[in-house]
Amino acid sequence: MTNRLKSVILLGPGLGWLALLMVVPCGLIFTYAFFERGIYGGIDHVFTFENFVRATDPLYLGIFLRSAKIAFLTTIIAILIAYPAAYAITLAPRRWQTGLLILVILPFWSNYLIRTYAWIVMLNREGLINNTLQGAGLIDEPLSLLYNNFAVIVGLVYNYTPFVVLAIYSSLNRINVETIEASEDLGAPAWTTFHRVILPQTVPGIAAGGVFVFVLSIGNFITPDLLGGGRLQMVGNLIYDQFLSARDWPFGATLSMFLIAIMMGLLFAQAVLANRAAGQRGQD
Amino acid sequence: MNQGVQLRNITKRYGLVTAIDNVSLDIRDNEFFALLGPSGCGKTTLLRTLAGFETPQEGQVIVAGQNVTNIRPSRRPLNLMFQSYALFPHMSVEKNIAYGLEMEKLPKDEIATRVAEVLESAKLSGFAGRKPDQLSGGQRQRVALARALVKRPKVLLLDEPLSALDKKLREEMQLELKRLQHEVGITFLIVTHDQEEALVMADRIAVLHDGKLAQVGTPHELYEHPGSRFVADFIGVMNFLNGNAVDGGVDVDGAGMLRGVSELRGAATIAVRPERVSLMQTAPQDGRNCLPGTVEEVAYHGSDLGVHVRVRGGRSTLSARVPAGQADRESIQPGQDVYCVWDAKHSRILPNC
Repeated sequence: MTNRLKSVILLGPGLGWLALLMVVPCGLIFTYAFFERGIYGGIDHVFTFENFVRATDPLYLGIFLRSAKIAFLTTIIAILIAYPAAYAITLAPRRWQTGLLILVILPFWSNYLIRTYAWIVMLNREGLINNTLQGAGLIDEPLSLLYNNFAVIVGLVYNYTPFVVLAIYSSLNRINVETIEASEDLGAPAWTTFHRVILPQTVPGIAAGGVFVFVLSIGNFITPDLLGGGRLQMVGNLIYDQFLSARDWPFGATLSMFLIAIMMGLLFAQAVLANRAAGQRGQD
Repeated sequence: MNQGVQLRNITKRYGLVTAIDNVSLDIRDNEFFALLGPSGCGKTTLLRTLAGFETPQEGQVIVAGQNVTNIRPSRRPLNLMFQSYALFPHMSVEKNIAYGLEMEKLPKDEIATRVAEVLESAKLSGFAGRKPDQLSGGQRQRVALARALVKRPKVLLLDEPLSALDKKLREEMQLELKRLQHEVGITFLIVTHDQEEALVMADRIAVLHDGKLAQVGTPHELYEHPGSRFVADFIGVMNFLNGNAVDGGVDVDGAGMLRGVSELRGAATIAVRPERVSLMQTAPQDGRNCLPGTVEEVAYHGSDLGVHVRVRGGRSTLSARVPAGQADRESIQPGQDVYCVWDAKHSRILPNC
């Protein structure tokens, strides 16, 4: 059997899967974006650019911007929480590391919706946090922790931080420990060693984890729907609404195209960065 | 003031394992000193203890008269060249070398001058802007060396510095390092498992075995007068014949009396280097040690022949190194009977353990 034939056979199932479930739907969405809406959903086959003009309306751009802001804040907070955690796991004895990593991904064993509902229980006016704070006499009135941007960010950070821990852990793990010792040996105090030797070597991991969180957050619609109070919080909810409530498939498709373009751009930038880092290591 | 290094009764345990067992060493100022031993003998642990990355349970580390046992690595007046070189992969060659000087908070122009100097002398001037991954193994090795030396430490520690290089480059670098050490005039302390490397480079060698100091001496002392069977075996090639030490030699089982000088009595081993053994057709009658045997194998090494002789009546074999030019090729053939002959003064009688 030729190698070419072998690779076709081996790649076949994966490529077929991608073609059927990603390329075809994306192609459909792409074409929908150029048609007029049907009265009861679906599309009328009349070619138009109207949807794109509408999508640049300040109202919609504002929602995009707010989504990006929430996703950005989520990303930063997730990185700030994940980095020390990943660092601690790297420093732990080898035999504990696998166990600690399992603990990090343990939340994924329960359903996303259930985990998100759990935050409602924690954050509401009679919830765990308000009750505890009131019980301790720290506050008189319950805080409004739920149904706002804060709650959305809490939910997103909670859900996506584990990915960042894994990404940063894997890049920390690749660092030659002797480079850390060399820094010390050359006279660097611990903090200098961290920000001049350790941190720069983990930039690829931070970027990979960060882009992952950003992309998942900006398109998320469940968390803003449940924790954001059901108002039009983020672009994901807007798209959801266009398809299922407003029955304006072409406009929903157009918004999706915008969102996909943003995600692709970021993933591409991240891939370029990762390639460059891999190139730096790979030439031994 | 003594600029060298003193290790006093260093003991380092990991749980139940004793990695270093009560080792004391006195390394002199400007000495090229080698810690030699098989892997797992504790030599790297000892080096790391000196650098400050390991804290011994007992004992003291004294560098240039200062007790540094409880001082952090960053504050010790010595620098370590790591086995992996440990170059910072995200920094250029120049930045790597400047790093240690920046930590000393030296003025920018002084850093620039010193980095340029060391780049020049390490023949790296054309590579200042390159990243470590864009360098060859030999160049990376020189960067690592330059990065440690630019700090002008009192002592330079080198952890297997040549192990990643190929044989030819390694031999070149052995002489290069020795020359460099004379030039900069500081103490070099090298860790190696390669006895040849230690013999070529070091002024003195400490042989470590199972965390204990086996012997300290010049290469010549260790080679010619090994203090134990372990050292004799580890350094160079040695023939061993077991027997009973008596006055004037060792009575070897099945081979009779072999002459040598020793105070030892009782179970002992008589040892002789292969290059001290000559092969003869007839037994000389001049009082030299003489063992009859049969040639078993001949290995051609280019400059000389390695000949394995089975000793007659005994279970042991003896190897001899015969210069290829002098060898009587006719008589040194497998199956031929020969006499292995050596002078009593080349016998070494060692405790049998």
